[in-house]
Amino acid sequence: MTDFKLTELNEQAVEYIAVGAAVLGTGGGGDPHIGKLMAIEAIRKYGPVRVVRPEALADDDLVVPLSMIGAPTVMNEKIPSIEQMTKPLDLMEKELGRKVSALMPIEVGGGNSLVPVIAAAERGIPLLDADAMGRAFPESQMVTFHLDGIDCSPITMADERGNAVLMHAIDGVWEERMARAITIQMGGSASICDYPVSGAQAKQSVIPYTLSLAYEIGKTLFESKELKQNPIDALLKQLNGYALFHGKAVDIRRRTEGGFTRGEAVFEGTDAQKGRTMKLFFQNEFLLATEDGRSLAVTPDLISLLDQDTGMPITTENLKYGARVTAVGFPCDPRWRTPKGLETVGPDYFGYDTPYIPIEELASKKGGEL
Amino acid sequence: MAATKTNSEEVYRIGIDVGGTNTDSALLDSQLNTIHTVKVHTTRDVNEGIIESVRRLLAESGVNPAQIRYAMLGTTHCTNAIVERKHLGKVGLIRLGAPATTAVPPLADWDDTLKAAIGPHAYVANGGYEYDGRTIVELDEAEIIGYFHQMKGEVDAVAICGVFSPVNTSQEKRVEQLAKEVLGANMPVTLSHEIGSIGLLERENASLLNGALLNVISGVVKGFEQALQGFGIQAGVYICQNDGTLMRSEYALRYPILTIACGPTNSIRGAAHLSGLSHALVVDIGGTTTDIGVLAQGFPRQSSAAVEIGGVRTNFRMPDILSIGIGGGTIVRSDESNGTVTVGPDSVGYELLKRGTIFGGDTLTATDVAVKLGRFGWEGALTESLDEAVCQKADAIMTRDIEDAIDRMKTSADPVDVILVGGGSILVADKLEGVARIVRPNHHDAANAIGAALGEVSGETERIYSLDDMTYDEAMTDARNHAIEQAVLAGADRSTVQVVLTEDIPIAYLPGNALLVKVKAAGRL
Repeated sequence: MTDFKLTELNEQAVEYIAVGAAVLGTGGGGDPHIGKLMAIEAIRKYGPVRVVRPEALADDDLVVPLSMIGAPTVMNEKIPSIEQMTKPLDLMEKELGRKVSALMPIEVGGGNSLVPVIAAAERGIPLLDADAMGRAFPESQMVTFHLDGIDCSPITMADERGNAVLMHAIDGVWEERMARAITIQMGGSASICDYPVSGAQAKQSVIPYTLSLAYEIGKTLFESKELKQNPIDALLKQLNGYALFHGKAVDIRRRTEGGFTRGEAVFEGTDAQKGRTMKLFFQNEFLLATEDGRSLAVTPDLISLLDQDTGMPITTENLKYGARVTAVGFPCDPRWRTPKGLETVGPDYFGYDTPYIPIEELASKKGGEL
Repeated sequence: MAATKTNSEEVYRIGIDVGGTNTDSALLDSQLNTIHTVKVHTTRDVNEGIIESVRRLLAESGVNPAQIRYAMLGTTHCTNAIVERKHLGKVGLIRLGAPATTAVPPLADWDDTLKAAIGPHAYVANGGYEYDGRTIVELDEAEIIGYFHQMKGEVDAVAICGVFSPVNTSQEKRVEQLAKEVLGANMPVTLSHEIGSIGLLERENASLLNGALLNVISGVVKGFEQALQGFGIQAGVYICQNDGTLMRSEYALRYPILTIACGPTNSIRGAAHLSGLSHALVVDIGGTTTDIGVLAQGFPRQSSAAVEIGGVRTNFRMPDILSIGIGGGTIVRSDESNGTVTVGPDSVGYELLKRGTIFGGDTLTATDVAVKLGRFGWEGALTESLDEAVCQKADAIMTRDIEDAIDRMKTSADPVDVILVGGGSILVADKLEGVARIVRPNHHDAANAIGAALGEVSGETERIYSLDDMTYDEAMTDARNHAIEQAVLAGADRSTVQVVLTEDIPIAYLPGNALLVKVKAAGRL
């Protein structure tokens, strides 16, 4: 982990975070490219965004996560407007009758890590160096706030036309159902604020410094190219991660179930791993890696696919036959390993018939050298 | 090469590939046998090189020009125009996106020189569709007409790019009418749905570049047609696309962007044809670089990464090519004080015959090394003065670099077949690490021109299907049929049309089981 603390988001920081967030996105969360371009445009127009740490928040501050919900494919085509980004924020402030002290990303994976930058720049609100997943997950209740019993409501959503919705849900699971239905009516992609929290709640519940972490990951991947060092080795060292498998994609099966892309990809080992086979299971994100039915890494621990040569992350949508990859795994935030955490995002929730075993244990049991 | 005896009943085709250094041409018969090939220098005025190469091809082969039925041209004109920012036309853009899309304006990730070449007329107007074809907002025609009036006299072409236009093309077509009403019926208009796939910015970028290249391609096509007529060749004229298929010249005049990067593709297709292999690595060694591509099922493997052209992100499908700085003219340097030898990355390029040591020049090149080591004989080569130890070291470096590059393009650790093509292929030893066998086909140095002449034409379809309304199989059949019809419309012989690419991508986070389907079909002329 890193001691680095981000204090300001400028164009360079956005470039780094976009790449780091794709690694932490574990194959999901969409390509951060559009998020990156929107954030850079906003910074050019309104100036850099101040970044604050959770400990700097006052207990009665109002902190609001802002993100996009819907299909990344749609967002790449129907790019949002700035007004669409500030609209749910305005509605939230109106409903709560007070100003927002800081915005935050709900997840630090994929495009959503940079989505709050646009509204933060336009409104001059600082961004919290934290998120509520420490990675990317597909559903609204899959946040640390949910583990801590924090109310997800009020929830505000907006589309690009100017339609906006204020909603109260009894919990994140209901939010997910209703917000998803509204998103379809809004054209498959909408902006959303949920889980408005106090400074005190944020300090207790967020996963701190994840923007700094994403920045550091991106910086490592960019710099290892210049330093001619192996980017994957550098990354594993930085994140206390494990190399799971070295191989090429030989079979990818995707199917749509309830609005999610589920599927599995098969990899044949290359080089020292010749003759071995890894399977990766995904629901937008990579959730389970196995070899001969034996787990290599299990959700909520992080599984990322990196290009063997460049170390750049590969998403589930962009994974293609013949891709040469290194699968890596990282331990998740300890809160996901609690009983409620595992009930929310563990293998059972996603329908995988396998127990959760921490990646550290799996790695120590693993036979054979990578 | 001696003139070949030709059959007066036979129908021939010419393929020409204009590269940075050489213009290659090939004459093929109706069975696609190579009758003759010619290599000339690419000239400053590219058309002169093309004329010279056709002149020699006819003279040396003795073929009657009247029997040449097809002429195919692959050219780097458009690529060079973008890279050098030269001869680009001014393009006025209408993005049909507001009230959405305004968080990223047009040309957002373009560098200033390219932006300046395109000009200042880019507007975001009201419009666009949802992923299922529903209208987001109606067009505001007065607004759009106003933008066109602002462009009057200041643009050479217009590009129109609407949100989800690949799903619903109506708004783009209507705006094309408005453009012609205001700017004249002759104003060229590029509609984004005819060029690129889903991904607004990439499609918009590709449309703008396409508009900017219209002048360039029109010069190319006119020059080529005039050259052919000058020789009495009455042939159907086709231009090569980057996916290994052809477009008729009328179509190329509207879609020049599709010619980008056809050179490496032509080499790969030509190598496949000449070697008879359909799965192999193709190593094309020219004067300045070695380009390595992967041949899979007879076509080049496509790159999965977003493709940048002149620094601009676009959503073309491009061949997956790895280039390294080793070619026939690559400069070799040795430091006598510590015995080190370095190779490239710079090259003497087309000056090889003047500057290479064995030709009496003052520069040690990769070609000198190959000749000194006996890999290739050259009459009158001055090899005595060359230091054999230096040559051995340089050769070891080049071999290792090429082996590394081959390994990076392989899809498994298994040894692969390598087809060696290009004028610089003499540089390579007969054994390489990780390679099962090395195939050096006849006419290897004109593989690109032969690839150009092969002539497959294609049709494509790309749309989002809702699997609530139909089954998966019905959707795929519909997409395949549409692609096949498009290929036939483009001139393919129906009996030879095959689906060469099928891709289906479920659109994540959307219920209704939305599926993005892309199909490409290709067949022979």
